[in-house]
Amino acid sequence: MNALSTLLLRREAGILAMIVLFCLAVGAAKPHFLTLDSLQIILLLTPLIMIGAMGEMLVIVARHVDLSIGSILGLTAMAAGMMFRYHPEIWWPLGFALSIGLGALLGLFNGVLVTAFRLPAIIVTLGTLNLYRGVTFIMSDAKQIDRQYVPTALKEMSQSSPIFDIPWIILMSFGIALLTYGFAMHSRIGRQVFALGSNPTAAPLRGIDVTKVTLLVFTISGALSGLAGIMYASRWGFVNPSNTGSGFEFQVIAAVVIGGVSINGGVGTVLGTVLGVLLLGCVAAALPLLGIPGTTQSAIYGAVILIALLIDRLVRRQGLRHGTARAVA
Amino acid sequence: MSAIDRPAPIARREAAAPRPNWQVMLVRPESMTFLLLILGIVVGSQLSQYFLDINYILKSFTLSAEFAIAALVLTMVIISGEIDLSAASNMALSACLFAYAQKAGTPLPVAVAIGLGAGLFMGAINAFMIVGLQLPSIIVTIGTLTLYRGLAQVIAGDKSIRVPEEFIGIDNILIYGVPLPVILFTALSIILGVTLGGTIFGRQIYLVGTNEVAARHAGVRSKRIKTLLFLAMGLTGAIAGLMTASRLGSVRYDLGLGGELQMVLMAMLGGCYIFGGRGTILGTFLAAWLLVIVTTGMIVADWLPAYQLCVLGVLLIVSIIATNLIYSRAER
Repeated sequence: MNALSTLLLRREAGILAMIVLFCLAVGAAKPHFLTLDSLQIILLLTPLIMIGAMGEMLVIVARHVDLSIGSILGLTAMAAGMMFRYHPEIWWPLGFALSIGLGALLGLFNGVLVTAFRLPAIIVTLGTLNLYRGVTFIMSDAKQIDRQYVPTALKEMSQSSPIFDIPWIILMSFGIALLTYGFAMHSRIGRQVFALGSNPTAAPLRGIDVTKVTLLVFTISGALSGLAGIMYASRWGFVNPSNTGSGFEFQVIAAVVIGGVSINGGVGTVLGTVLGVLLLGCVAAALPLLGIPGTTQSAIYGAVILIALLIDRLVRRQGLRHGTARAVA
Repeated sequence: MSAIDRPAPIARREAAAPRPNWQVMLVRPESMTFLLLILGIVVGSQLSQYFLDINYILKSFTLSAEFAIAALVLTMVIISGEIDLSAASNMALSACLFAYAQKAGTPLPVAVAIGLGAGLFMGAINAFMIVGLQLPSIIVTIGTLTLYRGLAQVIAGDKSIRVPEEFIGIDNILIYGVPLPVILFTALSIILGVTLGGTIFGRQIYLVGTNEVAARHAGVRSKRIKTLLFLAMGLTGAIAGLMTASRLGSVRYDLGLGGELQMVLMAMLGGCYIFGGRGTILGTFLAAWLLVIVTTGMIVADWLPAYQLCVLGVLLIVSIIATNLIYSRAER
């Protein structure tokens, strides 16, 4: 097999092809879609999902799943919003520290439950999904944080840009993706996440501290959801106790599984996940342009998860048939 | 030489006396649920004098009877080693299809059949992906959870669809003073309890959940069993959805939103083992009542719904920790 066909067989090539085909198809119907304007729209839809997806990718690679990220997003955004409301004079970047720190704590709590009691992450995070959402309500007294309380400088981050008209939050999301790439591919503990996910039985035998790695991925996932929380406040300018972040987990999981991260653990790339997020962004941007009502979004995310699962299954089967190690490994 | 030849005295240890029966009974998760249930009733009766009114409790039970009915079948699915998170979304979609069909002029029985058929079909999709394609049930049903509710939103939009007058009010039908949903739940509990505990099919479900490979080698058709269970889950979801429609009198896409938590919670509280192979219908039956007592208690005590969300979340985590501990003790 030569280098070119190896490249074409890669999962990322498939997603890229899907993005291109999708954009061309939409562009054929609505030429306006193929302009720089809509690129900006697409990119503005993605930063939160991108950041959430990086954490979720690590969790899924380690053969767990984190359903609580949407509630962590809501809780941390609310915490930052309340800080801004009661202490308007505070130096606004502290909101980042608060959100990220709180998110990391909440993620760590998930991780502790999973590791200390050997519980399945799906049930634990289903529980904390509701727990954190309830805490958000109690903390905020079910009141929304309105636009005037969110610092202008924070809101500016979604509009102003240092270079090329690209807003700060988009640059930050790509920065996080780069950091995740470095962590996942070039750090010792990052590789251990993959080793743990490929074979949880073998991992401790090779001297991997399973507890540490598991705690770490859940903490990272929580911290990134916290970052997404403060960015939500920046992007939308308000925080609502019931809406903020609800359903976020499904968008993120959809993006991650489209990106070729295997739900069986051990397989996944940052590039694939980024492309998965962009594909989701393209779909979300194209819907209103094509006159499809927003109510279909949830159905499309669901369908996308299932289709991605089917593709994953097909790829694996084909890989086995041809005897190529790539698709299985 | 001789020292080696001499047979060493075999170390014998007296077998520990079997645990007394009352202890075995007591460490069963169902007994814990039962004790909690009694505790809940005692605490609740202290909160308000109206709490102990049996009619009030029965009436409160109709509010979560639909989830309880779905939780019974979910218990069997979990015992077989799988999970289905899509049941609450299934309720919404089948109820929306039913309401949409009858609003479009379909006669009522046909509309009901459409709703039930849709539920069965949704179960079939889950079964195809999980049993046929061997994909993990957790992620598949997260996908179908999103998809089914999304489709319900596509069909119903943001509006609510009214259901015909003659279909409304299943919770107001009293038989000997007991609301019909409660009777349905109890009857289904007995049927499924007997099926699970006393028939070959039921014992095979436990075997599949304990060790699927061993079950297959023993000639148990594990795929067929799981397929049947997912179909049953789909059909039950649709029945629960129609019951909710009848109780509420109208259908919206967010019908039963978040119900998967309550269903899983009922199964876990009842001592169902998340990794399969253990659990009983009796446990889920008791847990459903426990949950109703707890929620009613919180309402009587005038707690905010947000606190209830927290309590449910914490209960889920605590119950799964407790169940795992009990089972790991029993194994020693």
